[in-house]
Amino acid sequence: MPEVSASSNGMDEIRQIFEAECNDGLNVIEAGLLALKAGDNNQETINDIFRGAHSIKGGAATFGYANIAEFTHVMETLLDRVRSDELAVTQPLVKVFLESVDCLRDMVECMGGGEYDEVRTAKVKAELETWLGDEPPAEEASEEVTNASADDIIEDNQQATATCWDIKFSPRKNYLQTGNQPQHIFRALAELGEVTLKPEFDSLPEFTKSKPGEMYLTWIIELKADVSQEEILAEFDWVENECDVEVIARPGTEKKKAVKPIPPSEPVQEQEQAAASNAGQGGRNAKKDSGSIRVEIDKIDKLLNLVGEMVINQSMLNQFSSSNRKGEVGGAHADLDQGLASLERTTRELQEAVMNIRMLPVSTTFNRFPRLVYDLSEKLGKEVDLDITGETTELDKTVLEKIADPLSHLIRNSLDHGIEAPNVRVASGKSRSGTVGLSASHEGGNVIIRVSDDGGGLNSEKIFSKALERGLVKEGETLSEQQINNLIFQPGFSTADEVTDVSGRGVGMDVVRSNIEDIGGRVEVYSNPGKGSTFQITLPLTLAVLDGQLVKVGEQVFVVPLLSIVETVQVDPEKINVVSGSAPLYRLRGEVIPIVDMRSLYHINGEEVLSSYEGKELVIVDIDRNYIGLVVDELLDQHQVVIKSLETNYMKMPGILGATILGDGTVSLIVDVTTFGGPMIMGSDTNRVTH
Amino acid sequence: MSEVLIVDDSHSIRELLTSVLQKAGYSVTSADNGQAGLETAQSSNYDLVITDINMPVMDGLELLSNLRSLPAYSFKPILILTTEFSQEMKMKGKQAGATGWLVKPFDPDKLISVIARILN
Repeated sequence: MPEVSASSNGMDEIRQIFEAECNDGLNVIEAGLLALKAGDNNQETINDIFRGAHSIKGGAATFGYANIAEFTHVMETLLDRVRSDELAVTQPLVKVFLESVDCLRDMVECMGGGEYDEVRTAKVKAELETWLGDEPPAEEASEEVTNASADDIIEDNQQATATCWDIKFSPRKNYLQTGNQPQHIFRALAELGEVTLKPEFDSLPEFTKSKPGEMYLTWIIELKADVSQEEILAEFDWVENECDVEVIARPGTEKKKAVKPIPPSEPVQEQEQAAASNAGQGGRNAKKDSGSIRVEIDKIDKLLNLVGEMVINQSMLNQFSSSNRKGEVGGAHADLDQGLASLERTTRELQEAVMNIRMLPVSTTFNRFPRLVYDLSEKLGKEVDLDITGETTELDKTVLEKIADPLSHLIRNSLDHGIEAPNVRVASGKSRSGTVGLSASHEGGNVIIRVSDDGGGLNSEKIFSKALERGLVKEGETLSEQQINNLIFQPGFSTADEVTDVSGRGVGMDVVRSNIEDIGGRVEVYSNPGKGSTFQITLPLTLAVLDGQLVKVGEQVFVVPLLSIVETVQVDPEKINVVSGSAPLYRLRGEVIPIVDMRSLYHINGEEVLSSYEGKELVIVDIDRNYIGLVVDELLDQHQVVIKSLETNYMKMPGILGATILGDGTVSLIVDVTTFGGPMIMGSDTNRVTH
Repeated sequence: MSEVLIVDDSHSIRELLTSVLQKAGYSVTSADNGQAGLETAQSSNYDLVITDINMPVMDGLELLSNLRSLPAYSFKPILILTTEFSQEMKMKGKQAGATGWLVKPFDPDKLISVIARILN
């Protein structure tokens, strides 16, 4: 099989593109298979699946992956039977196709090296062949290689060789209309040997009767070449219906038949005996890249980092300009202001554009779940439909990658613990099959991903007693149903009566929560007993920047993420209740919320205890729907800040999300409000953040 | 320098052909389906068009007959590059006006020599 030399430039890159293309194709095939219900021969879907397999086969053959080409060939042949309605779509058939997809994924993954499971592949391939049955696949029979219109050629003679040939080449009138030219043939023959041409004008009409674009000449060609008749005829392959050809060996120059082995005909013209003779032309899913290039993520991150530095420089310039000329109006400074304002706008746009490079549609992650649901529902004996919406919503690539595992865990959980068995569902008046919803949407500056099910919902009583058992709550503690339900995210919690291999031993939910919090998101559960539950994940659009409120505490400037701020109020000392053993409470419009003095929390000015709340500001933040007030000295500007990791530059600090560089060049810490929800603020000194 | 238009829905095949043809000194443009190919073809005057058959939106056969109806492409060489090439498909290709066909997998050297005969 002709193969492309790997040494040519850019070949590796092209192979990478091919690998990505295979994976895209496999996703299309898998999605199509999962969309096919038994007995449903949706032509459009089958065409999509067929084209997916067909493209992989063509590419694999071109790039020299014979194993993949052969495997997809069998698959394609079988798919063609389905397409032509010779074979009905049944669950077992879908299953074997899905297994084929798995095998192909395995093979594609090992394209660059590595060992795929050959035993399994052979097994699945044999299974596909069994489906094909005993009859030989259509069109597999050898094709007629000879020239159909050259009736006057004796077939037996084709392999005869000679050293000199006389060829009569008579193009028909329409010869030129397919873009062919007689000289193409002459050049091809000249590659075989010495060519002498003699035109014949016998059929040339009178000038007035000849039409432009029509062919009237005939050529007598003498070819001095040691070739077979077959080789000569092969050059006329393209124009077999547009000309008549006679190829006769010059008497006395013939050789004994097949003295030398017959070289294969030109590989470019080789007959690929594709079983699928009538190529699918349906399917209108125009997707594909509208001109894209592959860039290493490191390069983008470098770019993003530089833009981040630029944002900082730009705000430094701004600050410098305004602090150096208070009270001045007009003149050169007006131009400077204008220039700075324009720089700010451009910088902001540049930053957004660069961050946009990292954004990918959530479908890149969502796409794997239909298969998961299919496999799991089979395993669990449940009937489950997966309803995906908002898959075009875009998220930062890193966030997207990190969300895949928690999402898959939540979906497993919904199938295992949420959706009831079909008979249970019917008994409670529900449809036999349950629905798991997976949606993504923009809300505010966040992306919200919801995993919902129409199953049994959470049992708060059971959760509370379990939490009691585990010492997560105290006897007699009063919690809202919402708070109780969210206890399932506590470490070591599990209410599954039996441990299953689907969603594990309760090592799940706390890990889900910490994974999500690691990428700056949060997760909550809402449940409606008997009707189902919804897991709601709130994610930041990106990990790189954050809108922050700058606050002053002593001489320090902190950044509080704007998203978690509900409101800010001036502290009214009369509204503070100090109860010993717990955080001070603040009465805010009838509600009582705990307040935290950031000065003591972060040990500003030593251990000095706040003597008076007079004149302080209170920043109210929302942590999982619980409000907490942060006492600060002063509210400063709001800024978009570039997050610099504290872990990479120093070490991880509790209560601190990261650091940023302010316009004046000083480093400011970004407050991690999510950690305030825990015991950290609950009054006693031992729980305070220590340096 | 002869200009070649490649129409194929497979990104990797487009890249491969582009690389092979560019190395042989041709100027190459590509499109990812028949419709896009038709539009691109009309925007310039290509010396050769190489098209896949099985493509979304508009397949290669439809592209061929559309191109043949344009005066600029009535006599231009248009080659089909495809994985499947049964006798039936050849007839269809010819009826749509194909000059000839190249079958995947292709050997780059052979491909270039075939194209050289046409473009010279």
